[in-house]
Amino acid sequence: MAVIRDVMPAFELFQPSSIADAHKLLKQYGADAWIMAGGLDSFDWLKDRIKKPKVLVDLSGIDELRGIRTTDNGIEIGAMTTLTEIVNNPILRQSYDLLPQAAELVASPQIRNQGTIGGNVSQDCRCWYYRGGWPCYRAGGNICYADTPEGRNREHAILHAQRCVAVNVSDTAPALIALDAKFVIRTSKGERVIDAEDYFIGPDIDITRLHILQPGDLLTTIRIPSTWARTQFYFEKVRDRNVWDFPLLNVASAMALSGDRIERIRIAVNGAAARPLRLKAVEDDVRGKPRSVATGERAGQLAVQGAIPLQFNAYKIPLMRNLVKRAIGGVQEATWTSYREP
Amino acid sequence: MDFVQRAVDPWGQNVPIHIAWFLIQVAAIAGLLFLIVHVIYLRYFAPKVPDVAVPPELVARTPPHVPRHSVASRLYHWIMAASMLTLLFSAFLPKLGVEFDWVPIHWIAGAVLTVAVVYHIIFATFWQDFWSIWPDRADLLDAWRRFLRFLGRQVPPPRRFPKYPLENKLYHGAIIITGLTAIATGVLMMSRVRTIFFPRNPYFFTDSAWGFVYVLHGLAGVGLIALVIVHVYFAIRPEKRAITKSMIFGWMDSTFYLKHYDPERWRIETPNSSSLGKPPEA
Repeated sequence: MAVIRDVMPAFELFQPSSIADAHKLLKQYGADAWIMAGGLDSFDWLKDRIKKPKVLVDLSGIDELRGIRTTDNGIEIGAMTTLTEIVNNPILRQSYDLLPQAAELVASPQIRNQGTIGGNVSQDCRCWYYRGGWPCYRAGGNICYADTPEGRNREHAILHAQRCVAVNVSDTAPALIALDAKFVIRTSKGERVIDAEDYFIGPDIDITRLHILQPGDLLTTIRIPSTWARTQFYFEKVRDRNVWDFPLLNVASAMALSGDRIERIRIAVNGAAARPLRLKAVEDDVRGKPRSVATGERAGQLAVQGAIPLQFNAYKIPLMRNLVKRAIGGVQEATWTSYREP
Repeated sequence: MDFVQRAVDPWGQNVPIHIAWFLIQVAAIAGLLFLIVHVIYLRYFAPKVPDVAVPPELVARTPPHVPRHSVASRLYHWIMAASMLTLLFSAFLPKLGVEFDWVPIHWIAGAVLTVAVVYHIIFATFWQDFWSIWPDRADLLDAWRRFLRFLGRQVPPPRRFPKYPLENKLYHGAIIITGLTAIATGVLMMSRVRTIFFPRNPYFFTDSAWGFVYVLHGLAGVGLIALVIVHVYFAIRPEKRAITKSMIFGWMDSTFYLKHYDPERWRIETPNSSSLGKPPEA
């Protein structure tokens, strides 16, 4: 088990002040470079001395990567925009409240002040065997310590596990998928714009990464189209400690109603697999149906089809079923929110 | 330079985890180097195959299409080839940056190959001439004579080939070693992923024994890269095309047969059930 040490391994630190400079550095150092946004994930790795990059590229000095801007077709968020800025942004609150709702449930206020949207969607998984520095599949080895008869896998995957059973724990990722966000990536071949759901990959595609970024690539911007602005949003996160924890599961949905019928819907969950899952089958099934408990019930059943529990996480199946049911059918109870200055 | 990648397991043991991935490129380069060397050898150094006087009665008795591979053998060969190529591509393309969901493809192709090989072993042992694919004294003596003649020494000429030349037999031997190693280790490794065959059991071996299994599987895999490159190269060479065609149609041309093969060492059954070549001694 890794022991936290205060002294990080030596690396060369670069603090570029423009996207162009950052990209040049990332191209130059390739796989030897470590990108640091807010540093909340990075410092764990570095202080545990598990990841030992030769070069660290700190993006905090790049103003171009910060800020929330309205565009002709929606809104654009710089990858280095903090979660607190997202939570407090009036335009997001007014039209795209799903994202602030999700961002507000990330960790603690201090972490949200430092953590960025780009870092939150690109963070590594929290499987303790992997984070402990053991040679599991995700670390390039040949075993999953969590998927063993005695492995501690209460927080792990129930869907799409393949060798590795770690899950993605981003809260903002499913919200961005539900909002049909586009991620803008600077690659060596130029700018690439992809759908939010395509930004994430599971162990079937690459067992060592949770996203598509290759060495040299940089997530610069997240664009949210106006397609889902001011529709009905639902975000719910279930965690062990409500004051500060990663999700066991979360669900995000954006829904446009026509009367009582669901006209359009996008729904995604996270914490169930190594990538946030857009529930297309659920979307197709509930489209045109009334927004009701019965529809939600059916959607919940559909959402967990194919789920395979591990030794200690079977609870996630009814949990996911109920979260999806509540996201579709609605819920009477108040959801948890953090304190905000009046 | 480490050929095996190692890691420290939770119990503090330094264990092997798999081969170093640069061996993929090493194997591919080795296979390609073999081709280049062989092409140069054929172009500048190889002696011409001497014309052999074939008795007219033997020519008359030889059917125009000499049967070489049965339908079952051909089917086996192509199933094995398809599964082997699938296994190699699904194993190594992801390591070279081509990303796709390779694990199910890999274990399904592995299962197909395993069944095919088990079938082949049984079929070859009980229904085919089992020893025809193994090198014998005559093969070794002929190979030695070829080598001496290549050096310019005056020795009796080697005989024409039996059904399988020594090169074929040696290649088959190399495939047996690498293929069976890959299959045996692959079957064990199936207990580490979710398949339809048996429940996962990652504790079947210790970490270091598992590491050994992974290293063996990797070595067999990269060995097969080189072997498959060599095999495909020979299959498409013009002078070997008759052999390749026989793996498709089941027969080879009688002219090719009489020029390259010794009817005494590869007796073929004629339609009236008498074999060509010298009658077997009573």
